[in-house]
Amino acid sequence: MHVLILGANSDVAQALARKFAQAERPQLTLASRDLELLEKQGRDLEIRFQVKARPVYFDATDFASHAGFYDRLDPKPDVVVLAFGYLGDQQRGQEDFGEAQRIIAVNFLGAVSTLEIIARDFEARGHGFIIGISSVAGERGRRSNYLYGAAKGALALYLGGLRNRLHPRGVRVLTVLPGFVATKMTEHLELPARLLATPEEVAEDVYRAYKKGQEIVYTKGLWKWIMRLIKMIPEKIFKRLSL
Amino acid sequence: MKLSGWGRYPVVDSQAQSFASLAELRRRLAAPGDLIVHARGRSYGDSALNDRVLLSRRFNKILDFDPLTGQVTCESGVTLAELLEAFLPRGWFLPVVPGTKFISVGGAIASDVHGKNHHQQGCFSEWVEALELLLPDGQVVQVSRTENRPLFLATCGGMGLTGVIITASLRLLAIQSAYIRETVQRCANLPEVFARFEANQEIPYSVAWIDCLASGEHLGRSILMLGRHAQAGPLQLPPPRPLTVPLELPAFVLNKHSVACFNYLYYHGKPDLVADRLTPVEDFFFPLDRIGHWNRMYGRRGFTQYQLVLPKAASLKGLTKILTRISAAGLGSFLGVLKLFGPENDNLLSFPLQGYTLAIDFKIDAQLFPFLEELDRVVLDHGGRLYLTKDVRMSAATFRRGYPRWEEFARLRERYGLKTKFNSRQSRRLGV
Repeated sequence: MHVLILGANSDVAQALARKFAQAERPQLTLASRDLELLEKQGRDLEIRFQVKARPVYFDATDFASHAGFYDRLDPKPDVVVLAFGYLGDQQRGQEDFGEAQRIIAVNFLGAVSTLEIIARDFEARGHGFIIGISSVAGERGRRSNYLYGAAKGALALYLGGLRNRLHPRGVRVLTVLPGFVATKMTEHLELPARLLATPEEVAEDVYRAYKKGQEIVYTKGLWKWIMRLIKMIPEKIFKRLSL
Repeated sequence: MKLSGWGRYPVVDSQAQSFASLAELRRRLAAPGDLIVHARGRSYGDSALNDRVLLSRRFNKILDFDPLTGQVTCESGVTLAELLEAFLPRGWFLPVVPGTKFISVGGAIASDVHGKNHHQQGCFSEWVEALELLLPDGQVVQVSRTENRPLFLATCGGMGLTGVIITASLRLLAIQSAYIRETVQRCANLPEVFARFEANQEIPYSVAWIDCLASGEHLGRSILMLGRHAQAGPLQLPPPRPLTVPLELPAFVLNKHSVACFNYLYYHGKPDLVADRLTPVEDFFFPLDRIGHWNRMYGRRGFTQYQLVLPKAASLKGLTKILTRISAAGLGSFLGVLKLFGPENDNLLSFPLQGYTLAIDFKIDAQLFPFLEELDRVVLDHGGRLYLTKDVRMSAATFRRGYPRWEEFARLRERYGLKTKFNSRQSRRLGV
C-alpha cells in the first residue's frame, strides 16, 4: 500500500501518518512545504514503524505545479489524505481581501486542483481511497469564522460530488469533519476540554471510518449531534446569536 | 490556557505556545520574559508552571536508532510510552522507568526520575549518553559526562531550569520477554519490610505498597513486590484494557474511613506469598496508567504527593515517626509507596540518596500544609529531603537544607544567564 499525505506537517496529518504506518505498514509519501520538518517526520516514521517514508515538496496554492507533482509520484498512491488547511484571521480577511483569498485558495482551490488530478488517475485505475479533511465550521456560517467556514463548507460539498462521481468506479471518498482539535492552529484559543479532541483521537476516528468504508465521519463523534442541533436553529434566530 | 500539574493544584492561567522545530523554539525563546517548558504535565506540583510556558508535545520525533547497540536519539517531547511502543516489540526496554510511561524524555531527565530498580541501575540520567541543550542566548551546546560536565550534572534533575533540552541520546536495555517474573510478599510491619528489602537487593526490581493508616504493631505493614525480566516469552503484550475516571469525584469520597477500609481489604486480599508470577511489563511498572485521569479521584481541589527520602541509618527511626504521625492524623490515602534506594549520584539536584523513600498522596485541604511542615522538620532532622517533582509547597529553607548543593546550582544558573529566562512557580518559591 502507498499512502500520500498532502499537508503532512499538520498535527492531524502527522497523527494520521503514524496511525496508518502502525496499522498498515504502508509506503508513505509526505508532502508539504517545510522539507526540513518533513524529513524529520519521515525519519521518525521509519524508525518507529519500520516503513518507508519519503518527503516531497508540495505547495497547495501553486496550482500549476500540481500535475507535475503527481506525475512524478511512483508508484501512484492507493490512499490520499488531504490534510492541508489554513485557519487564517477572520477579522483581517474582512479588511484585506488578500487574507480572504488565501483562506479560500488553500482550503478550497488547492484541494480542487490536486484532487481533480488524483481523481482522474483513480477513476482510470478503478482503485483508490480519498480522505478529505473539512471541518464542522463548514456546516453553518458564523460571524467568527465564516471565511474559513465557507471554504471548508465548499470543500465538503466538493468531496460529496467527487464521491458521487467516483462511486461507480469503486473509488471511495471519506469526508472528515473535525470539531475542535488541540493543534498548533488552535493553541491560542480557549476551547472546552470536553469537546476538544487530540490529533491522535482524530486519527483513530478517521482510520476506523476508513476501515469501515464510511462516507462522512465527525470527530469527536459527539459533533454529529451538536451540528445536527446547530443546523436546526432557524437563520432568523441564529443571526442574533453571537457564535 | 489553564494549566496544572498532575496533582491538579494549583491551576495557573498561562500563556502556552508549542514548538515543533528548533527554529520555532528559538523564536519563542527570544521573546522577552521568563518561562518554563511544560511537556506532559506529569510532575505533581508547580515545577512546570509559569505565566508563560513552552509546550514540547509537538517536538516529538525519534531521530536515530541503532538496532545493534540499542542507542536511541530523540527530541525531548517524545514520551516513554512512544519509545516502548516502538522498541519493546524489537526486544528493547528502558533501563529506568518511573511509575508512569506518559512522561516525556525531557521531563524524565529534568526530574532525573527513578524506578523500582534504583538500587541497581540508578536514575534515568545514568542511561543518558548525551544531550543537546538550548541556552538563553540561542546557542545549542552538547552536554554529557565528558563534555560541558557541569551543565550535565545540573540539567539532570535540574527541573528544566538550565535551558531547554532539545535532544537526548539514551541507551536501551536488551530484553528477551515483555513479561516480568513477579514475587509478592506480605510484610507485617516496618522492620519486616526493611529486612525483606535488604535481603532481596540482588533482585532488579523492588517496591512496596504500604498501609499508611496502620498503627501500633502493624505500623508500616506492606506488600513487597519483587521482579526480574523473564528470560523467555513473547515480546508482544496483550492489548490494554483501559479504564478511566470520567469525572472528578466529590472530595468527601476519599476520607479516613473509606481509605482505611480500602487499605484493610487490599492488604488482607493478597495471599501471603505469590511466587514467580508472569506479569506483563505494563502491569508491573505502570499499573495506574491503565486508569485514565486517576488524578480526578481526589476531587476539585486536587492533591499532592509527599515523597521523602531518609539516609539508610536514620530510616527506621525517621519513618516510624513519620508513619505514626500520618496514621494519627488520618490524612493518608491509597498510595503509600516504599522503596530502598541505592547510592546517590553526582547530579546537583537529583533526589535519591542511599536509604528509604516513602511517597504518599494527600488530598489538598486546609489542615494539610501545616501538617506537612511538621513532617518536613522530621525529614530534615533525619538528614533527608523531598522530591522536587512531587513538591508544591516546601519552603526555600527546607529545600536548601535538603539539597546542600543548591548554591552550586544557583551559581551555575547565574553564570549561564539562566536565571532571567527559565523560571517556574517552584523555582521562585525555592529561591533558586
